Amino acid sequence: MDEHEPRGDRHGGVVTPAGSRPAGAAVLSIRGASLRFAAPGHHGPRHGRDLWTDLDLEVAPGELIAILGPNGAGKTTLFRAILGAQPLSAGEIRLLGDPVRRGDRRIGAVPQQRIFPASVPMLGRDLVTLGRTGTRLGLPITRRADRDAVTAAIEAAGATALADRPIGSLSGGEQQRLRLAQAIVDEPALLLADEPLSSLDLGHQRAIVELIDAQRARGTAVLFIAHDVNPILASVDRILYLAPAGHRIGTSAEVLRSAVLSDLYGAHVDVVRVHDRVFVVGGPDDHHHAELTEEE
Amino acid sequence: MEGVFDFSDYGRLLELVSGSVIACAILGIVGGLIGVFVMQRDMAFAVHGISELSFAGAAGALLIGADVLTGSIVGSLAAAAIIGVLGVRARDRNSIVGVLMPFGLGLGILFLALYPGRTANKFGLLTGQIVAVDFAQLGLLVGTAIAVLVALAIIWRPLAFDSLDPESAQARGVRGGWLSAVFMLLLGLTVAVAVQIIGALLVLALLVTPAAAAIRVSSSVVAVPLLSAAFGLVSALGGILIAIGSTLPVSPFITTISFAIYLVCRLIAGMRSRRSAVRMVS
Repeated sequence: MDEHEPRGDRHGGVVTPAGSRPAGAAVLSIRGASLRFAAPGHHGPRHGRDLWTDLDLEVAPGELIAILGPNGAGKTTLFRAILGAQPLSAGEIRLLGDPVRRGDRRIGAVPQQRIFPASVPMLGRDLVTLGRTGTRLGLPITRRADRDAVTAAIEAAGATALADRPIGSLSGGEQQRLRLAQAIVDEPALLLADEPLSSLDLGHQRAIVELIDAQRARGTAVLFIAHDVNPILASVDRILYLAPAGHRIGTSAEVLRSAVLSDLYGAHVDVVRVHDRVFVVGGPDDHHHAELTEEE
Repeated sequence: MEGVFDFSDYGRLLELVSGSVIACAILGIVGGLIGVFVMQRDMAFAVHGISELSFAGAAGALLIGADVLTGSIVGSLAAAAIIGVLGVRARDRNSIVGVLMPFGLGLGILFLALYPGRTANKFGLLTGQIVAVDFAQLGLLVGTAIAVLVALAIIWRPLAFDSLDPESAQARGVRGGWLSAVFMLLLGLTVAVAVQIIGALLVLALLVTPAAAAIRVSSSVVAVPLLSAAFGLVSALGGILIAIGSTLPVSPFITTISFAIYLVCRLIAGMRSRRSAVRMVS
């Protein structure tokens, strides 16, 4: 059930430094990647469940790829594989030519949002600093270069006014700005964002998308797991649609079609376009309106 | 209260118990620092559970004539391992601690009941007995506390990352499972030392109260540990310095001072939030 679209040659309308790079300078290269989980109580590959098989994806610098699909299709697990925390059953994932490994600082990640409770003893700046120095051993004494990088990332995320406030006193959208600052503090080549807009109001959604676009203009490639593609539709270069019956990669016009999604879901699905918005109607798991449950 | 306090021979007394004073001071600092992580990882109740099993271990050692601190360490490491392995999620952890705690306390009381020695020593394990600890033991207490301090300093940053922001820490490659195990080991050792000094029932006064107070007045990841260590030091050191001049045990002084610090911090936090509310209105 593998669908392979021609890939890598359409980059939406966003002009990035990436556009001038020679072909083959992919930031991320996923080849023949498959992931199969052993079924509970069984061992060996025969009783497993395929999350995705034969996934091929080359991501160019500055490119934004939206990852869509129903809960349980393996979107977050794909991120874990890219972060080197989830071994593949087959295939390989390379970052700038090297096999992915844990703790690679060339990847920044905005994990699925968890609101910090009010009592967390941490300032906005501290959250970003952890992203910069948190993996190093020793006491939390920051060098000047680290402080400068943290300040720059906070500024880039438009969060300067939030830097010295307790993180627990900030709204979800404000916390998300700081999470983004944390993810870009090392100027990553690849940014992974796992539903970064969920539970944000429209204004904050727009602000976060603008910040991500600004980061892409600096050459950072972005993989963006979205529950609802509409807030980012204008920025999306390509879509990776993961579904239980296979996956599809292509532009939104190529992927978000009734025939394609019906095929992916194995049931009739209508894709409706109203002005510039896309709605999927009648899917077994209506993903644009599905509940926000963690997939595992 | 006549005769409870007598500071006339204070200087000479202080010299006699200087080892205990040093042990108290170091425990105050270590307890304040590790308490910050106890709060961040939501493990206050687990500390209580570990301390009861540590008490059982110490009482068991007393009964069979073994070294009490060693018994205490064995008990608290066993509890730390059980809680660490079975209680990864907070809810599981609380139920496991709730089950372990009475078991440990009951076991300890059984061992003490079987122990033929003097009763005065017996309850020291529950409520504190630092002045009764001999010199060789004091060396071991101080050595253990310093080892914990050094280990904590080494893993500080990744431990803070994992405690405050586990999802990002994992994405960044921090090994959460490994850090948890090391943290439980350090916590177990700290509790074992604290049981010797302020007693199993009162361990929280040095491992939780100072950090809880510090979090009330600051949110900075640098200021909170410093304040917490200072609060722990003031409580422990102040407690023993007052106790030396009195006929009362050390523990109530330590617990009262640390509680008073907590109250003051709450008061400061309350005043601050009222002031900022007023500013918003005006």
